[in-house]
Amino acid sequence: MDKILTLKNINKVYGTKIKTQVLFDLNLSFEPGSFNSIIGQSGSGKSTLLNIMGTLDRPTEGIVEIMGKNTVEMSKRDLAELRNKSLGFVFQFHYLLPEFTAMENILLPVMMQNKGVSQEVKKRAEELMEIVGIEKVKNNKANDMSGGQQQRTAIARALMNRPKLILADEPTGNLDSEATDNIYQLLKEINEKYRSTFIVITHDKKIAERTDRVIELRDGKIHLDLLR
Amino acid sequence: MFSLKTAWRFLRSGKGQTILILAGIAIGISVQVFIGLLIQGLQTTLIDTTIGSNSQVTVGTEENYGEIEDWENIVHRINQNVDGIRFISPTLTLPSFISIDDETESTLFRGFDLERGSEIYKFDQNLVEGSLPEEKGEVIVGIGMRDNLGLILGDSLNLFNFQGQSGDVTVVGFVDFKITMLNDSWIISNLPTAQEVFDRNDTVTAIEIQVERVFDADLIGEEIDLLFGGNYVVTNWKEENQELLSGLRGQDISSIMIQVFVVIAVVLGIASVLAISVIQRSKQIGILKAMGVNDGMARNIFLYQGLILGLLGGILGVSLGLTITYLFTLFATNPDGSPVVAISMNYQFVILSFVIAVVASTSAALIPARRSSRLEPIEVIRNG
Ligand SMILES: Nc1ncnc2c1ncn2[C@@H]1O[C@H](COP(=O)(O)OP(=O)(O)OP(=O)(O)O)[C@@H](O)[C@H]1O
Ligand SMILES: [Mg+2]
Repeated sequence: MDKILTLKNINKVYGTKIKTQVLFDLNLSFEPGSFNSIIGQSGSGKSTLLNIMGTLDRPTEGIVEIMGKNTVEMSKRDLAELRNKSLGFVFQFHYLLPEFTAMENILLPVMMQNKGVSQEVKKRAEELMEIVGIEKVKNNKANDMSGGQQQRTAIARALMNRPKLILADEPTGNLDSEATDNIYQLLKEINEKYRSTFIVITHDKKIAERTDRVIELRDGKIHLDLLR
Repeated sequence: MFSLKTAWRFLRSGKGQTILILAGIAIGISVQVFIGLLIQGLQTTLIDTTIGSNSQVTVGTEENYGEIEDWENIVHRINQNVDGIRFISPTLTLPSFISIDDETESTLFRGFDLERGSEIYKFDQNLVEGSLPEEKGEVIVGIGMRDNLGLILGDSLNLFNFQGQSGDVTVVGFVDFKITMLNDSWIISNLPTAQEVFDRNDTVTAIEIQVERVFDADLIGEEIDLLFGGNYVVTNWKEENQELLSGLRGQDISSIMIQVFVVIAVVLGIASVLAISVIQRSKQIGILKAMGVNDGMARNIFLYQGLILGLLGGILGVSLGLTITYLFTLFATNPDGSPVVAISMNYQFVILSFVIAVVASTSAALIPARRSSRLEPIEVIRNG
């Protein structure tokens, strides 16, 4: 089966005068429908790698192929469209838009296509809210929700356009352990239900152990690549 | 659509800021509208007092008070061939003297077709005592001369000139032209009386004209001059009131300067508030871009904010400006209750002010919009 994401010879160097290389010649590819985790010490380059995978950052060298397309050559406009249709992001700091309600935040990925929000789309949004368990606060503005509710909303938003690939950077970084457990349970369910691919950064070894594949970065290189 | 919706949402969620900036635009534009209308009103009043009751284009002869014989033909031809004429009045003007008791006064004895002359000089409206001349030999006199010479209705005046011609007329009315020089020296009769007193044939000395658009007086003058092949001397108020004209022009320029600076202040205000807002919202813009909003849409979010602020601020500003103007005419009044400055509505100017508000605030949004367009989502996501 075709890979959903392939990285070839990725190098990342920060700075122009004082150069610091963060990623060294990485080669990775991911199976569709798999649940992957990336672990590693702070500063090992996890976030840098994930942002390059998500086309938010460009590698200094190398190729990022998403569903067979080389994104390094795509225009910013096409990249924006690709992110909207095929990628979903969940960040450590959940980044909801405080000007919008939970429901509206979840609908944003559809609204920004300027096609109008159909009844069907609304139904899907409600369904997603039910799955992540925030129906009760659907009309709350982002700041009127708890941290866990905000993170659940962000997850629902990432799923709204049924993306093939979901990238999450420490999605439970600032939640307590029970909430963390619940969120991972939820991600796993979604992974199984929709067959979407997950790549999740975590510093929690116990959680990483429950995923299909664990990649450990050390100083910008792949130290370990464990497939279950 | 999405950009517009988001722009609206951003404006609504930053209510305090939005209200402040709207107030800024509204005050700026209202000042601009008020000053513009006020200066226009001042100018109209000034022009009206200067030339509103005066000849604006005059057809005369080379020599002062020379005779024009075929005046009826001239009036006819002007009426037939020249557009933009409001009133046209033939007049026979005779510099002369009157003596009463021991005193001799120099006067301007003027014969009019009284109906047509009234259209320019408002004899009927300005009559303060007696009646307009009806019979031959009857005249009306300015109130200044009345007071100087102690005239009463029914007095007989002896008029004479340098050529030694003379004749008697009877005073049947007094008139107040609101201009001292005219009040002191004018004696008005109908044409036949003026022609008879000094033995003139059926001639006049000038044809006086008021035009529809006073600032076209020079053009209409030229047209008339051309029509008669330079046989007559055609003068207009503009060449005789250069000082007034340059005064008006100076006023125009200063009025425009004030308006321009007000608009610049408004633009700077909007630009700075939106510039702050784009920084405050960089997190939102970054996350929107990460989710698929492209640079053009991100730019439009801020352009639309400028547009919305311009539309709302423009409506508020124009309404406020018109209200201030109205109150000004209501409360800034002369003792007799008439407004100090007669301000009239100029729709074109008000619509222009509104358009300026919209264009200015949209262009004020350009720089923040560019910032929003250039913002890289990674900057926001990396830095939390
Ligand atoms: N814009 C930048 N300029 C220079 N160096 C940077 C920049 N961004 C990140 N780095 C460096 O790159 C390295 C990798 O950073 P990165 O954020 O990818 O680490 P990480 O593995 O996600 O760490 P953490 O677990 O703390 O989130 C770090 O040493 C960091 O200092
Ligand atoms: Mg990180």
